Amino acid sequence: MSETADAVIIGGGINGLAVAYNLARLGLKHIKVFEKNYLASGATGRCGAGVRQQWGTEMNIRLARASIKKFEVMNEELGYYRDIEFKQKGYLILAYTERQLEQFKKNVALQRSLGVPVDLISPAEAQEIVPHLNTEGLLGATFCPEDGHVNPFNAVEAYALAARRLGVEIQTFTEVQGIQVERGRVTGVRTSRGDVQTPVVVNTAGGYSAEVAALAGVTIPTYSERHQILVTEPVEQMQGPMVISFYHGIYCQQTPHGSFIMGQGDPNEPRGHDLGHSWRFLEEVTRKVTQILPPLKGLRLVRQWSGSYNMTPDAQPIIGEAPEVKGFFMAVGFSGHGFMLAPMTGQLLAEKILGLPTSLPIDMLGLERFARGELIREPSVV
Amino acid sequence: MSEELEEQVIICRCEDITLKEIRDLIRRGYHTIDEIKRASRAGMGQCQGRTCRHLIAQEIARMTGIPLEEVKMPTFRPPTRPVKLGVLAEAEE
Repeated sequence: MSETADAVIIGGGINGLAVAYNLARLGLKHIKVFEKNYLASGATGRCGAGVRQQWGTEMNIRLARASIKKFEVMNEELGYYRDIEFKQKGYLILAYTERQLEQFKKNVALQRSLGVPVDLISPAEAQEIVPHLNTEGLLGATFCPEDGHVNPFNAVEAYALAARRLGVEIQTFTEVQGIQVERGRVTGVRTSRGDVQTPVVVNTAGGYSAEVAALAGVTIPTYSERHQILVTEPVEQMQGPMVISFYHGIYCQQTPHGSFIMGQGDPNEPRGHDLGHSWRFLEEVTRKVTQILPPLKGLRLVRQWSGSYNMTPDAQPIIGEAPEVKGFFMAVGFSGHGFMLAPMTGQLLAEKILGLPTSLPIDMLGLERFARGELIREPSVV
Repeated sequence: MSEELEEQVIICRCEDITLKEIRDLIRRGYHTIDEIKRASRAGMGQCQGRTCRHLIAQEIARMTGIPLEEVKMPTFRPPTRPVKLGVLAEAEE
C-alpha cells in the first residue's frame, strides 16, 4: 500500500471513530483509521463506561451534558442496527465529609445554572433511589437522573459502521510505526502495511498517546496508569443508578445485562502498559463496595480485568493541534473520563481540523496550557 | 446448514448465543474470538468461554481459512470459578 489520504487517524477507540465519523459527516473524503489491534481493544473496551454530566467546572459540564444528549439519540443519528444500550438511570454521588458536601453544593449550583437536572439530597432520599444503600456515615448525596451507562463496544461499532458508510476506511491489526514531518508539517505515516501520504494525522491512541506523539517529534506530558475492574454474574435489575463514592474511591454500576461492574482509584497501581490483575484489588474493592451496598456480598465475581487511564498533570485532556507540528492533532489524556466526552470530542476536534468554529470552546485544552501554567482545576474526579 | 438450524444450535450456553449469531459476526468481518466475544457476549458468562471458545475458533477457521492453531485464545483471567464478593471482602484482614 502506498497511498494518500486527507486525514489519518491513529487509534480505533471511541475517540478515533468519533473523530472519523464527524470528519466524514462534515464532508472530508479519504479518511483512514489505523488500529493496531481490534476496535475498542484498548482503554475504551476496558472502561467502566459510566457517563455523567455532574462535573465541577463549566467546561466539563458543557462537554459532558452535550455528549449525553448525543448518547440519547445515537442509535438513530448513526443509523445503528443494534443498540448502544444507554441505561439512563442516573448517577448517585455520595458525600461522607462536610468538605465534600460543601463542594457538592457548589457543583450542583453550577450544574443547575447550565441546565443539568440535578439535586442535592439527604441520606434518606438517597436510600429511596437505591434501597439497598447503607446510609451509615453518609451526610448527603447528589443525583442526576440523566446520567448512566453505555455499552462501549457497541458505541464504537455504531461510530465505525456510520463512518464506513460515509466512506471512511478502517484498518484493524495495522500499526502506525512512523510519522513523517517536514519543515514543521505532517506529510505522512508509515504503517505495518505500507505508507500513506497525508497532511493531517490525528492522535487518538489512548494509552499510547505519548508514544504516538513521539513519532511526530512531539512531547506530551501524559502517562498511562492501570485501573482494575470486575464483573459479577447477572441478577435481576435491583440498582438503577451508578453509585460513586469519592471518599472510598469506588464506583459501582449494574449493567442492562444484570451484571454489576465496579472499580476503584488506587495510587499504588502501576504506571505504564501493564494490563494484569491483582488479588489485592479484589479484596479492597469488594470490602468497600459491600460496606456501602451490603446485599452485593451475595453476588459472584465472574471476571476481573484492567485498562489504562491516560493521565495528564491536571487530569484534563489535551485536545487540539500540536503547536510545533502543523497538521498533527490530538485528543488524548482523558484521565479516566474520555468515553463519556467522546461524542463531543469527536465533533469538536473534527471542526477544529477543518478550520470551522467549534461548537463549544476547547482552546483552553490545548497542549500549550502546561507550558503557560494554565492548568485546569476540576474538583469532581474519581 | 439452514438458517433455521443455525438458529437452534447453541454455541455459548452461558449467554445463549446461537451458531447463527456467531456466523453472522464472522460474515461481518469479526475474525477473532475476542471481537466475537465483545460483539455477542459469547465467552463472557460463568464458564468464561470454556465451552464455546473452541467451537468459535473452529467456526472462524472453517469460514475464514485461518489455520485453527493460529486462532488466538482470549486472555485467561481469575477467578477459575465464580466467587462470592462477600468471601473476597472478608478475606482482607
